[in-house]
Amino acid sequence: MTESTSPAAKEVWITGIGIVSSLGEGLDAHWDALNEKKINFDDKRFAPYIVHPLAPVSFDAQIPKKGDQRQMEAWQRIGTYAAGLALDSAGVKGNKEILGRMDMIVAAGGGERDLAVDEAIMNADAKGNSSPAFLNERLMNDLRPTLFLAQLSNLLAGNIAIVHGVCGTSRTFMGEEAASIDAARIALARIESGQSEIALVGAAHNGERSDLLVLYEFGDFNLKVTYAPVWQREGRSGFALGSAGCFLVLESREHAEARGAKPYAKLTKVVADLAKRKEPGAVTRSLEAMWSKLGVAGETGQLITGATGAEPVTSEEKAFLRKHAGYAVRATGTMFGHTLETQFPLGLALAALSLSRGALFPPNDPTGTEVEKTDAPDKIVVVGAGHWQGEGMALVEAVK
Amino acid sequence: MSAVRDKFGRPIVVVTGMGVVTSLGAGKEDNWRKLTAGESGIRTVTRFPVEGLKSTMAGTVDFVSVDPVTSTGLTERLAEMATQEALAQAAIGAKADFPGPLFLAVAPVEVEWPQRLELGRAIGKTEFDYGDMLRVSGGGRFAAYHHRFMFGSVASHLADVFGTKGSPISLSTACASGATAIQLGVEAIRRGDADAALCVGTDGSVNPEALVRFSLLSALSTQNDPPQAASKPFSKNRDGFVMAEGAGAMVLESYESAMARGAKILGVVAGCGELTDSFHRTRSSPDGKPIIGCMRKTLADAGLEPEQIDHINAHGTATPENDKMEYNTTAVVFGEHLPKIPVSSNKSMVGHTISAAGAVEAVFSLLTLEHQRIPPTINYEIPDPAILFDVVGNTARDAKVTAVMSNSFGFGGQNASLILTREPV
Repeated sequence: MTESTSPAAKEVWITGIGIVSSLGEGLDAHWDALNEKKINFDDKRFAPYIVHPLAPVSFDAQIPKKGDQRQMEAWQRIGTYAAGLALDSAGVKGNKEILGRMDMIVAAGGGERDLAVDEAIMNADAKGNSSPAFLNERLMNDLRPTLFLAQLSNLLAGNIAIVHGVCGTSRTFMGEEAASIDAARIALARIESGQSEIALVGAAHNGERSDLLVLYEFGDFNLKVTYAPVWQREGRSGFALGSAGCFLVLESREHAEARGAKPYAKLTKVVADLAKRKEPGAVTRSLEAMWSKLGVAGETGQLITGATGAEPVTSEEKAFLRKHAGYAVRATGTMFGHTLETQFPLGLALAALSLSRGALFPPNDPTGTEVEKTDAPDKIVVVGAGHWQGEGMALVEAVK
Repeated sequence: MSAVRDKFGRPIVVVTGMGVVTSLGAGKEDNWRKLTAGESGIRTVTRFPVEGLKSTMAGTVDFVSVDPVTSTGLTERLAEMATQEALAQAAIGAKADFPGPLFLAVAPVEVEWPQRLELGRAIGKTEFDYGDMLRVSGGGRFAAYHHRFMFGSVASHLADVFGTKGSPISLSTACASGATAIQLGVEAIRRGDADAALCVGTDGSVNPEALVRFSLLSALSTQNDPPQAASKPFSKNRDGFVMAEGAGAMVLESYESAMARGAKILGVVAGCGELTDSFHRTRSSPDGKPIIGCMRKTLADAGLEPEQIDHINAHGTATPENDKMEYNTTAVVFGEHLPKIPVSSNKSMVGHTISAAGAVEAVFSLLTLEHQRIPPTINYEIPDPAILFDVVGNTARDAKVTAVMSNSFGFGGQNASLILTREPV
């Protein structure tokens, strides 16, 4: 297990939040949608697979140059857009002095493929008329030269640097759900220890992709035919891919106060683990061990999880949650779908948003796993257990 | 007992184990012998047909094979080999029980063509689309490909085999990735989060689509014949980089814990720095300020003056733009001292190992410090008159080397530099 605090750790505030998803964009739209228990899924476009499509967004608002938009594929546009919202929310948009030394850790997968090129090559191959040079020639002739830049993992960070001028440092972590847990963990550790003062952390995911559905279908992870909330997928487990981008601005309390920035919440702790999942119960034990590292006092509270709905990990997480039955649980996968790298930052963002609004959003679950909790939270635990590996937990607290 | 903290009060970070695999061979000994002999590992690609490609050579690691054949599988195997060598040298921890975290620089992972074509053939039709592919993807027949093509798969395998602690971090900063992995390890030790860290850069991704992608961006040399002469850093007739495979691994430790266990100190990571360029996706800011700033941040992080650097292990890709920009920016940082600094590019011999390059070149930089001998930049027949580096051309040079700067620059505005020394500074 990896911890991220040292004895003289600085307090770290969340001063900016940017979210764009299937529920809309911005904090007010998300707060309203969550309170209205809105869910936006599409079971037709990729039937029998279900996805949570991105709500209509005018990318011009955060990516003013059409040339920049053309250089990106959807995942990069979503992420660059959400990053812009976060910078706006923190009040640092356009502040060259701060942006020029802002650290950035992006959790990223890769970009979409050119499906038509893939299909043409595979069809020719299936017909048996592909010479040894055929693949080379088709790729050389048919791939758009700049497509590579829309696929490279580190080019979401690259686009954020170009469009928003975030250009202190730039690091891209990869590795599905765990990538963003580690991004938050490392950014927090760097600020707590004085290695960094302000950081932009987040991820983006385009769930409306046939090539991604194929990848997860290899492992039978996709939710099919009928939508169901995360806790109601017993017997037909899986996740519905979701499109979303979520970024946070983290900064030391001193840095925030010096520039007069207001916090949504403070990020107290992030822990991560790589449970040996071949052993049954490993995820339950991992989550329990991380829980004790968070230093959560009290039998009751609030918890936001990125539970995927995939098995066996969701059942193992349920076993952990049952031991903390006094905690009101919210699963973001029900409303947002599974957004892979974006799920953990989304949990942190919704925790900070809830703390700043003085209430946890209502349950959205017919099984009773999620219960009403109306009293104002002073801390919220965020949980992430990846669909195939990687576990993490964070504690987000109200700033008093 | 010497001080275990640097002049800024941070734990000194030392290297106690190193491993390397490139197209020249496996292991430090083989690589160093060939590197200092000026041998090239670049050859015409034989792993797959090259008809129809503009660039037909690469620094492939052909003496390692994996089954099934995937770039990610090879990437994983190369990392494993380099790590085994590094751990054997460091003699740290127990078998499968490395006492610290893993930071892995690795190429982005994706489903590859042999597997995609296998899937297409499984459909049993000759006219189909992604929807048809989806219908045959599930049911367990291709279950192994889910794990294989997860971005975190290489790191989790290494974490499992070597018993690294905590959540392993896979990262990409494009061609600077290897340096960033080392930087993350240095930061973790300086914070006191760990006494030891395993930092690895690996790349086994020479495949048709990877070559095509770089080719379409006009980044690759097309001087295919003879392949050994294609990579020409700092030469007037350079025309691009040569893709290559390899891995570099380093065991980093706090000086204090390395001394406490009596480990042999191979060198010191005295400084790290990075600075992002927001000018363009593939081109550097014309004024070079981000690269200049990156090198200066690194000097400041090490607490060194430019005059104290006595060798630069250049990024030196041999693209027309990189080498010119690297010279112009280095000249600004080092000023009058620059002519006294021998500069060399390992990429002239091993090619550009992309995600691994920063780690591979950090290993070579430490070997340079150990042997007091600078590997040459081969194919340096027609010097570029606009690049006034003291290039170590064609033959290795014995020199007094106490502090090496190793530079890495990548697409997406990624700039990272390291300063490696023999002794704590």
